[in-house]
Amino acid sequence: MNRLLIELPSLVNPSEGLIFWMTLTFLTVLFLLKKFAWKPMLSFLEEREKNIEESLQQAENAKAEMAQLKGENEALLAEARAEKDIILKEARKMKDSIISDAKTSADTEAKKLIDRATQEIDKQKVAAIEELKKEVAGYSVSIAEKLVRHELKETDAQKALIDQQLKQMTAGNSANA
Amino acid sequence: MRKTQIVDTKRFSGSFGTLGTAILLLFFAFFTSAAIASEHSGEETVHKTGDHHTEKEPIGAQLSEMILGHVSDNHSWDVFGHAVILPLPVIVYNETEGLKIFSSSNFGPHGHKTYEGMKLVDYGAKIVWADGSRADKIWNFSITKNTLNLLIGSFLICVLLITVARKYAKNRGKAPSGFQNLVESLVIFLRDDIFKTSIGPKYRKFTPLLLTIFFFIFFMNLLGQIPFFPGGANVTGNVAVTGVLALIVFIYVTVNGNKHYWKHIFMPDAPIGLWPMLIPIELFGVILKPIVLMLRLFANITAGHIIILGFFSLIFIFGGMQEWIGYAVSPASLGFGIFMSFMELLVAFLQAFVFTLLSALYIGMAVEEHEHHELENH
Repeated sequence: MNRLLIELPSLVNPSEGLIFWMTLTFLTVLFLLKKFAWKPMLSFLEEREKNIEESLQQAENAKAEMAQLKGENEALLAEARAEKDIILKEARKMKDSIISDAKTSADTEAKKLIDRATQEIDKQKVAAIEELKKEVAGYSVSIAEKLVRHELKETDAQKALIDQQLKQMTAGNSANA
Repeated sequence: MRKTQIVDTKRFSGSFGTLGTAILLLFFAFFTSAAIASEHSGEETVHKTGDHHTEKEPIGAQLSEMILGHVSDNHSWDVFGHAVILPLPVIVYNETEGLKIFSSSNFGPHGHKTYEGMKLVDYGAKIVWADGSRADKIWNFSITKNTLNLLIGSFLICVLLITVARKYAKNRGKAPSGFQNLVESLVIFLRDDIFKTSIGPKYRKFTPLLLTIFFFIFFMNLLGQIPFFPGGANVTGNVAVTGVLALIVFIYVTVNGNKHYWKHIFMPDAPIGLWPMLIPIELFGVILKPIVLMLRLFANITAGHIIILGFFSLIFIFGGMQEWIGYAVSPASLGFGIFMSFMELLVAFLQAFVFTLLSALYIGMAVEEHEHHELENH
């Protein structure tokens, strides 16, 4: 084993041939790998990392947008609900007013009709009274005429005629009525 | 813009695949069919000593040879134990004799033959003149075991990672799947927890280098854990390899160091009288950082290999005393060996991670904007 220790220095004695070949080989490998392995690989890796970062950012943005949209939706919904309430209230009010309007107008119309009817009846009544008056006057005149003629002849007979005439008038009156 | 890039990647990867396969086939075809050597491992180590032919060495010496042989580089590759040995191309240059290229099988099956006045020493890791008096240097650019392992590993890393990168283009916009998941989790972990925190906002410029360093070391460490083809070499446990990695980090730091970094070294926040003392210390620190990077990785990986081999050596040490003790020790030895192998898997990741982390910290120190310093001065 002594030999191993004594002759170890021969191991740390580099040969020029291997230095030459190693330099040549390593520089070639470095050139080839740099151009055809590391460059494409690293650029793909960086591209992918950028993609992932962007995607994450986009997802975050989408989330924020969603939250915003949701808030907006809720606000819209609340607004719509409030509007609906207002509309309903107005509709109810309108309904009430329409009903009350209709009622009042119907009432006035009815009142008008009744008034007109009453007026008509009054008018008819007045006309009928007028006619009756005329007729009564006519009868009175004719009775008076007959009476006057009869009186000139006999008294008894006059009395009987007046009675008869009165009976006739009342009968005519009741028939008339 | 991006679309054309994807198309380019596809076309490139296809042609690279065929090119790589062609190169590998060339290796196997040219440098002869694998030599078959089935010998007793004890005999083998005795032969391998080569220069000092002793009849029978003590078992301890044989084992240290075996261990050092395993963690050192070699001019031939025992692809599958000693059963299949793959000779590798030797490329040497010398001022007087010029460039020479030949198969390492010329050094003989055990590497102790002399060929063209050259012989192998340091367990087949080094080529020297057989005639010790020759002073002219041999420049050795051979495709050694480590070099070939390095090439195979680098090719596999490229194929693997480019395939993963292409998957991103193909499965665009989809979740990652399969192996892509593993690579992606490592890449994101390193980028977010190491580069961004250690280097700061300028991390993008250094990400490709640091990622390459991490995956290169991690993959080579794991490949070194495989005892046979395509592993078996101790690539990241070799100072040349870790030294080049550390040197590249050092160059990056030096080139990208901002004025605060240099001011901190050459004009420290201290009385001028102390500068002659502080500047050498700071400069020493600058040199020391990459050296420490180099040694840490090399020592950790080599030590791991040595410990595992050491545990298995126990069987032969005890077996050398009495055969039955050897058998008795083997379960414990095996158990420890397996345990260490698991430890090494952890170390493979850990050392790649540590190297990357420290490189990121060094770079971070060099490019950091010292805003708090300025505030203090006001």
